[in-house]
Amino acid sequence: MADESGETRDLTMSRAMVSAIAHEMRENDEVFYMGEDVADYGGIFDSTEGLREEFGYDRVMDVPISETAYLGAAVGAAQEGMRPIAELMFVDFFGVAMDQIYNQMAKNTYMSGGNVSVPMVLTAAVGGTYNDAAQHSQTLYGTFAHIPGLKVVVPSTAYEAKGLMHNAIRDDDPVLYMFHKRLMGIGWLPAPDGPKTPVPETDYTIPFGSADVKRDGDDVTVVTLGLHVHRALSAAEDLADDGIDAEVVDLRSLVPLDTDTIVESVEKTGNLVVVDEDYRSYGVTGEIVASVADEALAALDSVERVAVPDVPIPYSRPMENEVVPDVEDIAAAVRRTQ
Amino acid sequence: MAGVSRTVLTEMYENMVTARHYEERLQEEYLEGKQPAFDISAGPIPGELHLAAGQEAAAAGVCQHLRDDDTVTAPHRPHHVAIAKGVDLDRMTAEIFGRQTGLGKGKGGHMHLFDPEVHFACSGIIAEGCPPAAGAGLAAKKRNEDSVAVAYLGEGAIDQGAFLESLNFAAVFDLPVVFVIEDNDWAISMPKERVTDVENGAKRADGFEMPGVRVDADDAVEVYEVAGEAIGRARDRNGPTVIEVQVHRRMGHFMGDPQTYRPEEDQEAAAERDSIERLEAALRDYGVDDDAMETIREEAHERVEAAIEWAKAQPHPEPSDAYEDMFVNPPSGVTDSEPDFDLAGGDD
Ligand SMILES: Cc1ncc(C[n+]2csc(CCOP(=O)(O)OP(=O)(O)O)c2C)c(N)n1
Ligand SMILES: [Mg+2]
Repeated sequence: MADESGETRDLTMSRAMVSAIAHEMRENDEVFYMGEDVADYGGIFDSTEGLREEFGYDRVMDVPISETAYLGAAVGAAQEGMRPIAELMFVDFFGVAMDQIYNQMAKNTYMSGGNVSVPMVLTAAVGGTYNDAAQHSQTLYGTFAHIPGLKVVVPSTAYEAKGLMHNAIRDDDPVLYMFHKRLMGIGWLPAPDGPKTPVPETDYTIPFGSADVKRDGDDVTVVTLGLHVHRALSAAEDLADDGIDAEVVDLRSLVPLDTDTIVESVEKTGNLVVVDEDYRSYGVTGEIVASVADEALAALDSVERVAVPDVPIPYSRPMENEVVPDVEDIAAAVRRTQ
Repeated sequence: MAGVSRTVLTEMYENMVTARHYEERLQEEYLEGKQPAFDISAGPIPGELHLAAGQEAAAAGVCQHLRDDDTVTAPHRPHHVAIAKGVDLDRMTAEIFGRQTGLGKGKGGHMHLFDPEVHFACSGIIAEGCPPAAGAGLAAKKRNEDSVAVAYLGEGAIDQGAFLESLNFAAVFDLPVVFVIEDNDWAISMPKERVTDVENGAKRADGFEMPGVRVDADDAVEVYEVAGEAIGRARDRNGPTVIEVQVHRRMGHFMGDPQTYRPEEDQEAAAERDSIERLEAALRDYGVDDDAMETIREEAHERVEAAIEWAKAQPHPEPSDAYEDMFVNPPSGVTDSEPDFDLAGGDD
């Protein structure tokens, strides 16, 4: 993980994300950030902490609560060649501005026959686990990955957060960067141990469409992303005690999707468990299973899906715990494949 | 205070002190299990909690005019409005504690309180209560009823499309709707002047040729008078109104908000400008003495205590309750009324 000089430091995911943004802003005057509470507050989930202090209000812009206007303004500025980053505080708020996302940002390149480019990044917080209920807890991976024309990336650790962000800002297409609140390392929302990792001081890019095998194993392939990478790794440790050796694949990007890495793993293990925090139907889990079936049906001995059963995220703790997949749910699904 | 009776003042006072005390108690309960390190997902009340201390006048002054069949939609900061609208306090509290007998059986939480008995609902998405309020007004108009609808929103919400579209919708169809903007100067960390082009949010009404009135004083009596006129207009089928009320945010945006962005003086000023004390002065003018006010406060405290005690004694939902209530008519329960009809004309 170290760069040539070997300099790394342990960072939370939010610090890693900010360090990539700050680096790109220093290098390129055309990069700027827009969002609610991104200036003085530093982002509700610490996604911009310290940026206003370094770059000022003109480049780290607090904007009106007018998502259609400011997401659309990012599209327009990007089409003029600037490199805006716009933040949707919670991904759940996409509804008030969806046209700018799926009819403008995602389609303008294609509809112009490739003559228009939209080099912007849309960042959005995702995820539940803290009882914020149905309008503030969704993990809408499938909603956005479904739309042709958007690249969709999901970091699981600080290392990924920085490398994916560098790439997202430099990419000439619109990139949706979905970060899980529980992983950011925010004071009031304690993160698990995993996401804080050594991060190189210098800039580096993680190419989109390159999944990362976070744990090698021979018995079963667990494909997942975001928070559930860490839950899958915990489950794998528990399963190892029972002699089950799970391989954990961190997708890192949904579009493009690294089907090769998944298929290679399934060809080795024969068993596939797909885990995510989105709704079960018409989503990521179904898509991964279908992709593997397309390419390597014969390799598949068994398949399990672990996702949010198709209900909105309930507020009360016993019910939220029931619907958001946890370590036990993953371990149980893996056992069913053995 | 021409049209204000002593009863009205007293009732508004009851609502306001109930709301204030309720939130003080919720705050205590909320912090339980979140000490010494604040973890938002810990304790008997997890998740975000947006308190409305300092905004009670806007709730009491408007809702004093409303009947049970009048609709109110509130935003993410709903408790004071819910209390003034007469939402069932026990079941609202049980909902906030995530219990099975709560208004939403523990599914909604504090930003998503629904009490259809008194036509109350709230939503955590900014300005998204405005269109449904217009819809309630539309229903009243179509059915020839004289009920009205009130949509509450923060000053930060006046830049949202849902609000502006609803203004036009209500204006063009002459709907009985009143939009009440609670101006507490802040949208989380963003001061109004940084993100909004007008100082007076009621001016948004101008572009839709409807009345827009601002109450500068954070004064329940003045709110009551202004709201009386607007709600009267609505009931008489004379169309919508926008009212903006200057209120004060005595707390952080949500519990756990460090408020490092907010100048000390601003916090102190908010603490000093107390609409409850202001109303007490008005009550004294009406001959309500301090003992009588003390009695009202004690009764309010007892009511709050009883609600919290009741709520905490309620059962938690079962994990499997998560699968209930997706539909009132679950797919399996749909009656099959498809005619026996073969489109292809085959001979089966
Ligand atoms: C569409 C949408 N965008 C952003 C948010 C996040 N958010 C919640 S409250 C808030 C500030 C609201 O300010 P204001 O309307 O003034 O109400 P106040 O909190 O001051 O009562 C924001 C931006 C949201 N809930 N919905
Ligand atoms: Mg406000």
